[in-house]
Order: sequence, then C-alpha cells, then structure tokens
Amino acid sequence: MSIEEIQQEIIDEFSIYEDWMDKYSYLIELGNDLKNLDQKDKNDQNLIKGCQSRVWLVAEMKDGKIYFRGESDAVIVKGLVALLLRVVSGRTPKELIENDLHFIDDLGLKQHLSPTRSNGLLAMVKQIRLYGVAYSKIAD
Amino acid sequence: MDYNIQKIRSYFPVLNQKVYNKPFVYFDNAASAQKPVQVLMTEERLHNDFYGNIHRAAHYMADQATVEFEAVRIKLQKFIKAGVREEIILTKGTTESVNLVAHSFGEKYIQEGDEIIVSEMEHHSNIVPWQLVAGRKNATVIKLPFTDSGELQLDVLEKLINHKTKIIALAHVSNVLGTINPVEKIVQIAHQKNVPVFIDGAQAVQHIPVDVQKLDADFYAFSAHKMYGPNGVGVLYGKRKWLDEMPPYQGGGEMISEVSFEKTTFNEIPYKFEAGTPNITSVVAFGSAIDLITEIGLQNIGKWEKNILTYAASKLKEISGIKIYGEAPEKSGVISFNVGNTHPYDIGMLLDKMGIAVRTGHHCADPVMQHYKVPGTIRISFGMYNTKEEVDLFIEALKKVLVML
Repeated sequence: MSIEEIQQEIIDEFSIYEDWMDKYSYLIELGNDLKNLDQKDKNDQNLIKGCQSRVWLVAEMKDGKIYFRGESDAVIVKGLVALLLRVVSGRTPKELIENDLHFIDDLGLKQHLSPTRSNGLLAMVKQIRLYGVAYSKIAD
Repeated sequence: MDYNIQKIRSYFPVLNQKVYNKPFVYFDNAASAQKPVQVLMTEERLHNDFYGNIHRAAHYMADQATVEFEAVRIKLQKFIKAGVREEIILTKGTTESVNLVAHSFGEKYIQEGDEIIVSEMEHHSNIVPWQLVAGRKNATVIKLPFTDSGELQLDVLEKLINHKTKIIALAHVSNVLGTINPVEKIVQIAHQKNVPVFIDGAQAVQHIPVDVQKLDADFYAFSAHKMYGPNGVGVLYGKRKWLDEMPPYQGGGEMISEVSFEKTTFNEIPYKFEAGTPNITSVVAFGSAIDLITEIGLQNIGKWEKNILTYAASKLKEISGIKIYGEAPEKSGVISFNVGNTHPYDIGMLLDKMGIAVRTGHHCADPVMQHYKVPGTIRISFGMYNTKEEVDLFIEALKKVLVML
C-alpha cells in the first residue's frame, strides 16, 4: 500500500467514531498497544523534546528503506506516534520526501500538531522528513 | 454572604459558550481571566468618544483620553494602597515590570560579585530577567528553596542574606503551588539587613487585598489580564526613593524632559519609565475591571474562591492515586496535581474534549517541576465566576478520563 493509501485507510478507520471520546479511546488503545522502545533507545539523541510531552524516534536504514520506531511519555501522543509509524515506517527516502502527511489534520487532530502544543509531535513529523532527505542523499 | 454569582456570571458572556457541545468550564484563570462586558464596553466607548494620544496634544480628544488614563493610575494607587500616584508605572505586563526593575535597578545597584536571591517557586519571568542582569554584571542568582509542602524556607533566607545581597525577588502567590508566601515577614527580614524586595503579585492581586505600604514592599508587579482586564497592560509599583534613582529602562517619547544631541534630561517618575505611546484604551478599560472587583469586594471574591478551592481539593483527595503539589496552610487560586502514573497532557486533552479548560505542563516554572521530579502537572485555577457546580462537572469528567487512561 502506498503512503497515500494507508493514510486513507486510517481516515476510514476513524470515520466510524462520531464522538470525540471514542476517537480518543481508540488513540489511547493504539498508544497502549505500541511496543515500548528499549531503554537504551530512549536516549537524548533520539529525544524530541516538547514542552508538554516527550517523543523518542529511532530510524534505521535497511535494504533501501527507512524503518522507524518511536514512543512518547503521554499515551495520546503515543497513539498518534503509532499511527505515524504505520504510515512512514518501511518506506524509501523518496516516498517520505514526496508524500504529504495530512491524515492527522483530516482526523480533526490537528491541534496536536500546533506549534504551541509543543508535545514533540510536530517536531517528529519534521524529523521523519529530515531522515528522508538525509538518507536520500546517502543513497545518492 | 451576599455574593450574587448569577449576576457576576452574567457579566462574562463567554461563560455561556458550549465547547465540543459541552457546557464550558473555565479553570485556567491563573493563565488569564475572562473579560467582563464592563471592560469590553469601556474599550469601545473610548474609541468612540474620546480617543487621542495622551499627555501631548492640546486638543479636546487627547485631553479627555489623558484624564481617563490618569484616573486609572489613581485607581491603581488606591487599589494597592500606594502612597503617591507617581509610584504607579504602567507597563505591558508583569514580565515587563520584572524586566524593568531587573534592568534599571541592576544597572544602578548591582556590581560584580553581588548576589540576587530568587525563590525556587518563581515563574520563569521572575527568574530569567535576574539571570540576564547577573550575566551582564557578573553577579550570581541564589536560590531560596521551598519545602515539599510548598513553603519558602525562611530560616534559610536569613542565612542567605549577606553584604553581597542586593535584592530579593519572589512571588506573593505561587502560580503552581498556590502558596501565599509570608511576604510581610520576608520584607521585614530583608529590611533588617537593608535589602530591598521585589514581589511578583500576578497571582495575588485578583484574590487577596494588597497594601504595599503595610507590606513595605520595595517593588510590586502585576498584570491586568489576570484581573479580568485587557491584555498587554501591567503595573509596577516602586517606592519613590528607588524609582527616582534608577536610570530609565527604555528611551523614547514621554520619558524625556529635554532632548538635544549633546544631552537629554529625563522626565520625572512615573513618565521616566513610560517611553512611547502606551496601550491607552486597554489601560482605561483596565480601570473598569478594577471598578468591578472593587464593587463586588475583593474580600468577598477571595472568600468565594477560597470556598471553591477547599471544595475542589476535598473532592480531588477522594480520587485514588491523587497527588496534590502545594499543601501550604495559606493557599489561593490554584491547585496543581497528578494522578498515579497518568501523564498530565493526556488528562488535559481529554478534559478539554469534555468542555473543561485546565492547564497542563510545567506552567513556566521548571524549577518547581524539578523539585518534585515530575514532567508537569495539571493545574486548575479559579476566578470570581467559578462555582461548586463547575467543580462537580470537572470531578465527574476527571473520573471518566481516569477510566479511559
């Protein structure tokens, strides 16, 4: 499935929830289900510091694709991290650069990406793109 | 007690809003208070009836605006019981008031090797300006610690003050812990050793009556927007003996007496510290907020809020795993807490979706978070218009949230 198709799949999954609380319950479920990072990966190098919550992001290049792992100390943010990982992990650098991550906005969860929220998510989205750019240079 | 809560709430149209289809409960008053119609109407009236630049022009509109502007200075003088109107400087907020004193007092009185004592429970805006002046002057900022219950350690203060201490800066009421600090006692201790005291009153003036002369405070700062007034206006009270001696903070119009390229002489206080055109309409509208507080009575407001605070604290304590930060016997305005291992951001986000506005995070007071070794807290804070029914809605919502998390 393409990045665009997975984004659409997530939007469809959320469309059954009419109530805000149901959307958030699902996010919390996703957050709780996301495998925690090894303690050694939760280092300063992988830390994206927000003023409200913290996010860790690990990237590894294998066979031309970037595999991401991540975590957050806040479970709602962790749920959003899980969704992001589902979309971006295992993609080529080219795919990451060329695709827009719009699904969070479409789900009505844009406030989590507002710069003033500073929960680390916006920085994570930027960081994912930067990994794409950096690894595409290495691949060249 | 004759406290007409329905009437008071009717002054604040925003309280009738629905948020995500839920009744709106505003418990983030310590960040900024909502604005009553009286304030909004005054802003409009000034624009419609009297607008002109103050203090300069010789025309009717400007004269009227000047009269209204200066009337607010006198209202403020009375509100905090300052000796003379010249001791009331209008700034753009508490933060600017702190920066003004740190800069101008520091310029004149702080030298290399000197010490500035700052309490551990300060908002960043009462820490960073002092660090900046300390950096420029090679002086040191010394921490006055607080206990786990959230009370300043006065015995430590006595030991910290020495001949190098030039000023002590602390909050009247903590924005995280809600502690009402014994500022009168602290000023006494400091003055015995001839050290002046700067008090950040941003979380105090809207809850408890302040008498700067009785406190014998050297400086006292607060903001309009936390007292139901407009944004972008603040106050600095300073004793005349300091303000007269301190150099100006910013240069510009209004603050000068005569200007030539060889030499400029400065205006008298308060104008020496009021460079440039001030936020005229907001200052005048601030006057209407002061009028409203005075009309209801700050004592009455304080008593009402205290009841709500006590009620909320007792309800919170029934929740298992709750940890309240700040258990000083004298508290006002705010309750900070966490529940078990839940993250404050998660709780805040879910409460928001239930129409309840709280604050989460470090509240611009990292040292307090470091003291308790937490990434942040949830903070609820009250104003004149909050009710016990709102506390009930909040507690009910919080319980739902905790089931989800």
